[in-house]
Amino acid sequence: MSSGIRTMDSGIRFDSVSVAYGKSVVLDSLDLTVEPGEVMALLGPSGSGKTTALRAVAGFVRPVSGRVFIGGRDVTALPPHRRGIGMVVQQYALFPHLRVEENVAFGLKARKTARADIPGRVADALEMTGMAAYAKRYPRELSGGQQQRVAIARALAIRPGVLLLDEPLSALDAQLRSGMLAELARLHRELPDVSILYVTHDQVEALTLADRIAVMDRARLRDCGTPQELYRAPRTAFTASFVGNANLLPVSVGVGSVSLGGAEVKVDTSGVAAGVSATLCVRPHLVGLGPGPNSLSGTVTEVQWRGATHRVLASVAGHSVKADVRELREPPALGSAVTLHFAPEDAVLLAAGVSDE
Amino acid sequence: MLVHSRKGKWATWTVFFVLFLPLFALPLLVIVAASFAGHWSGAFPSDLTAEHYSAATRGESLQALTTSLLTALGASLIALAAGTWAALAAAALKRRGEGTSRLSRGCGRILDALFIMPVAVPSVVVGLAVLVAFSKPPVILNGTSTIVVLAHAILVTAFAYQSVSAAILRLDPAYEQAAASLGARPAYVLWRVKLPLLLPSLTAAAGLCFALSMGELSATMMLYPPDWTPLPVRIYAATDRGATFTGAALAVVLMGATLLVLFAVSRIRTRASYR
Ligand SMILES: Nc1ncnc2c1ncn2[C@@H]1O[C@H](COP(=O)(O)OP(=O)(O)OP(=O)(O)O)[C@@H](O)[C@H]1O
Ligand SMILES: [Mg+2]
Repeated sequence: MSSGIRTMDSGIRFDSVSVAYGKSVVLDSLDLTVEPGEVMALLGPSGSGKTTALRAVAGFVRPVSGRVFIGGRDVTALPPHRRGIGMVVQQYALFPHLRVEENVAFGLKARKTARADIPGRVADALEMTGMAAYAKRYPRELSGGQQQRVAIARALAIRPGVLLLDEPLSALDAQLRSGMLAELARLHRELPDVSILYVTHDQVEALTLADRIAVMDRARLRDCGTPQELYRAPRTAFTASFVGNANLLPVSVGVGSVSLGGAEVKVDTSGVAAGVSATLCVRPHLVGLGPGPNSLSGTVTEVQWRGATHRVLASVAGHSVKADVRELREPPALGSAVTLHFAPEDAVLLAAGVSDE
Repeated sequence: MLVHSRKGKWATWTVFFVLFLPLFALPLLVIVAASFAGHWSGAFPSDLTAEHYSAATRGESLQALTTSLLTALGASLIALAAGTWAALAAAALKRRGEGTSRLSRGCGRILDALFIMPVAVPSVVVGLAVLVAFSKPPVILNGTSTIVVLAHAILVTAFAYQSVSAAILRLDPAYEQAAASLGARPAYVLWRVKLPLLLPSLTAAAGLCFALSMGELSATMMLYPPDWTPLPVRIYAATDRGATFTGAALAVVLMGATLLVLFAVSRIRTRASYR
């Protein structure tokens, strides 16, 4: 099923695409390329313009400037039905008056696929999403997760080169979501040529599924890179805090070390000039309790029990530091003194100019 | 109605009987009673007879019923087609106007206003307008059945337009967009997605138009030719010459026929509505 079924061009390119509603710019000259066969996650907080970017590819909003390419072809002026995309929107939008198989066949019929081929391709798509047993049902007779599979099957049946997914898992509960994540990953292995643009505000989804992640905030692209790059070596404070919820601490840079509220902290300072102020970025799960290589002393302001872990919030030199540690038998009391540490190689130093503030 | 307490239930029923019965049901019951009456001088009719009905379902009266049914059918089909078309066009104009063209949004509003006209203008005026407009060249329809159907269509299209417009507003654009993203041309989307989803509202609109046309009198009076006399005109004529009970029987027939058609339409509607 995985080979020889591609019929449409793959790959997406945004070329300085701007979208505005009236006077408010909701997408500010976006430059982004999704390679053929690549899964690109579009990650960002609510209202950052992710859906708008997707709609610009689908053709439901017209950019005020810039061009959109699909498979190397400029589609900016093409109406949606001539773009050759598959799209799954948040609410699935299955046609309520059609059975599952008719929903999946819809795109094939609309594209005047040879009548004899339709049943086979519908069966393929339903098979791939594990919905073959539900072909005769109406959408209202399916659960949320099943509806979403049908929506994906419907988009895949036309064998698009480009698959646009707008928060496809947001309506599902946590357990179903992780199951569907695995299925999406499997689907992508079965369809290695399809470019997938995957909108989400959930970093776990993005980290799990994507080859690369594009981080958006306030209508702009803030960062773009592989999950490892963004997680281990974020280039902006926004990325660091949005992907992985990192501690961000303002420091002044010395030679081979930085100073945080008077305390010396050893980190790699290469690439940041001495004497400037910068932001130190450490993931909460890499911060430990007790003395260690880089010790910080502060007072406990909050302790949250999260089952397998405790999150300890401490105030260090006036800044709040989060530490996620293995479940403690005796969590520290609020207001008590606490020492935190982290390994020098676990911290990333961001020059102040790089952050978006 | 969601009333749970016992007292509340009693109160609701009391209000229902006090208000609904005298206002809505009793007059209709009186008509039914009158249609069976031989005499009616006291509080109740006397000399009960079914003779009025045998007159009401024979000869010219039967023909008037057929005329009414055909007129209403023709008018409501025309109204449904024209109203739906206009409502779809207005919705498209108003939506495309988003952000870009003020002109198209204006056109959409003009369509809205245009289709309120027949509701706002008294039907006598509409009847007169149709009569004057089609009594001289180039189009002379005076004295034909077409002019009656046409006038009815003009009168009821506004209602079709409005109920379909409301339904289009409620239609989630996600369906249309999903269809377009799957490669469906706008005409295909209209035919396979929008109209099927609008079907319940379309049948409701058709029923409304049909009922309105069945009862139309004032514009019809000005236009009807002798060989195309709808039932309301005959009811009026019967009452006018003093044959109230015959008129009542005709009225009951009119009511019954209309209800029967509405019932049939609502059956289609339940089958067409997907929740
Ligand atoms: N039709 C519209 N008219 C005016 N403004 C709009 C319209 N659609 C979206 N916006 C605005 O554009 C901005 C970006 O919206 P968009 O839907 O792209 O956000 P998003 O990143 O997808 O957010 P979410 O995660 O909440 O879905 C928002 O501020 C929103 O208010
Ligand atoms: Mg969105």
